[in-house]
Amino acid sequence: MRNFWKLYRRNRSAVAGIIILGMVVLMAATAHLIYPDDPFRLAGASMQPPGEGGFLLGSDSLGRDVAAGIAHGAKTSLLIGLLATIVAVGFGTIMGGLAGYYGGRIDDLLMRTTEMFQTIPSFVFAILLVAIMKPSIESIVIAIAVVSWPAVARLVRGEFLSLKNREFVQACHTLGMGDAQIMLREILPNCLSPIIVIGSLMVATAILIESGLAFLGLGDPNIMSWGFQIGAGRTLLRSAWWVCTFPGVAILVTVLAINLVGEGLNDALNPRLRERQ
Amino acid sequence: MSHSTKRLRYVLKRLLQAVPIVFAIIIVNFFLLHMAEGDAVDVLAGEAGSATPEYMAELRKKFGLDQPLPVQLAVYLKNVLTFDLGYSFRHEMPVLDLVLDRFFPTLLLMVSTIVLAVGVGIILGLLAATGLNTWRDTLISVFALVTYATPLFWVGLMFIVVFALNLGWFPTSGMENIAAFYEGWDRVWDIAHHLVLPTITLSLFYLALYTRLMRASMLEQAGMDYVTTARAKGLTERRIMFVHVLRNALLPVVTMAGVQVGALIGGSVIVESVFAWPGLGMLAFEALFARDLNLLLGIFLLSALLVVGVNLVVDIIYSWLDPRIEVG
Repeated sequence: MRNFWKLYRRNRSAVAGIIILGMVVLMAATAHLIYPDDPFRLAGASMQPPGEGGFLLGSDSLGRDVAAGIAHGAKTSLLIGLLATIVAVGFGTIMGGLAGYYGGRIDDLLMRTTEMFQTIPSFVFAILLVAIMKPSIESIVIAIAVVSWPAVARLVRGEFLSLKNREFVQACHTLGMGDAQIMLREILPNCLSPIIVIGSLMVATAILIESGLAFLGLGDPNIMSWGFQIGAGRTLLRSAWWVCTFPGVAILVTVLAINLVGEGLNDALNPRLRERQ
Repeated sequence: MSHSTKRLRYVLKRLLQAVPIVFAIIIVNFFLLHMAEGDAVDVLAGEAGSATPEYMAELRKKFGLDQPLPVQLAVYLKNVLTFDLGYSFRHEMPVLDLVLDRFFPTLLLMVSTIVLAVGVGIILGLLAATGLNTWRDTLISVFALVTYATPLFWVGLMFIVVFALNLGWFPTSGMENIAAFYEGWDRVWDIAHHLVLPTITLSLFYLALYTRLMRASMLEQAGMDYVTTARAKGLTERRIMFVHVLRNALLPVVTMAGVQVGALIGGSVIVESVFAWPGLGMLAFEALFARDLNLLLGIFLLSALLVVGVNLVVDIIYSWLDPRIEVG
């Protein structure tokens, strides 16, 4: 672990990324303490510019506090990003692992399926899924996971394929270990680093997809999110620029920080790449 | 076998490979249609206000909705293969007519976006790779990193605030000034004027992608043996970079341009709805609001088929560009 941190620390922008991400997480965790009221609640006069009427970042046409929305929206973005990634990585790892280990029919089926997923416009597909399932946290998480898992499956399949014929795996076969045990205890730990890296980058993509869906009006109607704030504020562009601007900055900063962390993890976990640089 | 028949065989082979994908997409579409709560009859009955169960059963029979699922699937396949994408009850028009109507603006937006993103991406990647680890490289890398993390819809809105509302350089939305009744070149100029902001917005994300790809590709090629040979021949660094390396580095960027078309369609839904650009994306946004699933699925199907087509074309172009590609 200490060794890992030493490697990670070498990438200075990755350190900056984790600090920023830490602050976003802190904001999400303390949102209900700083702004205990419902972010949908009318908090005062409407259309207040930033810094006036007691609003740090202004208020929108219904007198909702933009800063409170951003703080509560952080929870939504992180939660959906994380959940969707866990589902996608879990499912993709199982499918990719089975396909890579057993080959044959499962492998063919998986490869054709991922090829199809690479062809269909994934964002449009996500829109369709959410529209059909009705917008809610679950349907958004499912939609993002459905369009994201094929990338994980392809990666894990490749790793399993290259590891399954290595000596240490053959040794396990001679020792009489079962397939499940070999896959879970021997091969999987050896391909965790690329899975962690792709997973961390996927959180960023998931947050971007979620904000896009919410912007189009496909967010969970009961939950404040950054995309919803921007979508609701777009009609006020002429008179109240701040309603759209600040939630967008929040998305940008969060996604950027996660991408930096992902690249830092990649550098620290992938020694081959490190040597090349 | 002569080279041209070999090439023809390759094209045919690629065409055949696309067939199962097209079928899979149509089948996915069919099941999505079924997953949706209620069928077309429910929608019609809802529109009419009241409908007796007998009337609804009769309607179901008329549309073939009382048949078993495999039969319905077969009918759906037949319909799609004869370009019948169903009926939009909101617009009271066949989906195909609606979609074709909106196809041209989207094509215009996508082509100009690809040209801008690939063109500028190649230049930026080249600049970064030739000035490796200088301020120029750092600046371009930071730019790519930031644009990669920016939500497209937000950039679009910010562009509207700055360039349309405050500076007044460009119109805020739409494709042309209909009230002005421009004709000929005036109209072309008007559309081009409206096209600027949506194109820049949509190309930003891909610009970042192509910049990074071009930079990596240039660096990879710079380490190849033929570069050492060229250097040994006494060629100038400038000539090596711009004549020898650049050519080879372009190939992966061309392939990527094809792969990204699917993502580009997703991006155009967002950008078109921000700028009220009257294309397929805007139509999808309207369909979403009107809960017009038939239309939404038709757009999805058409855009998926578009991606299959573009990938095919890119593969064929690629085999022309790089003779090393297996065509046999």
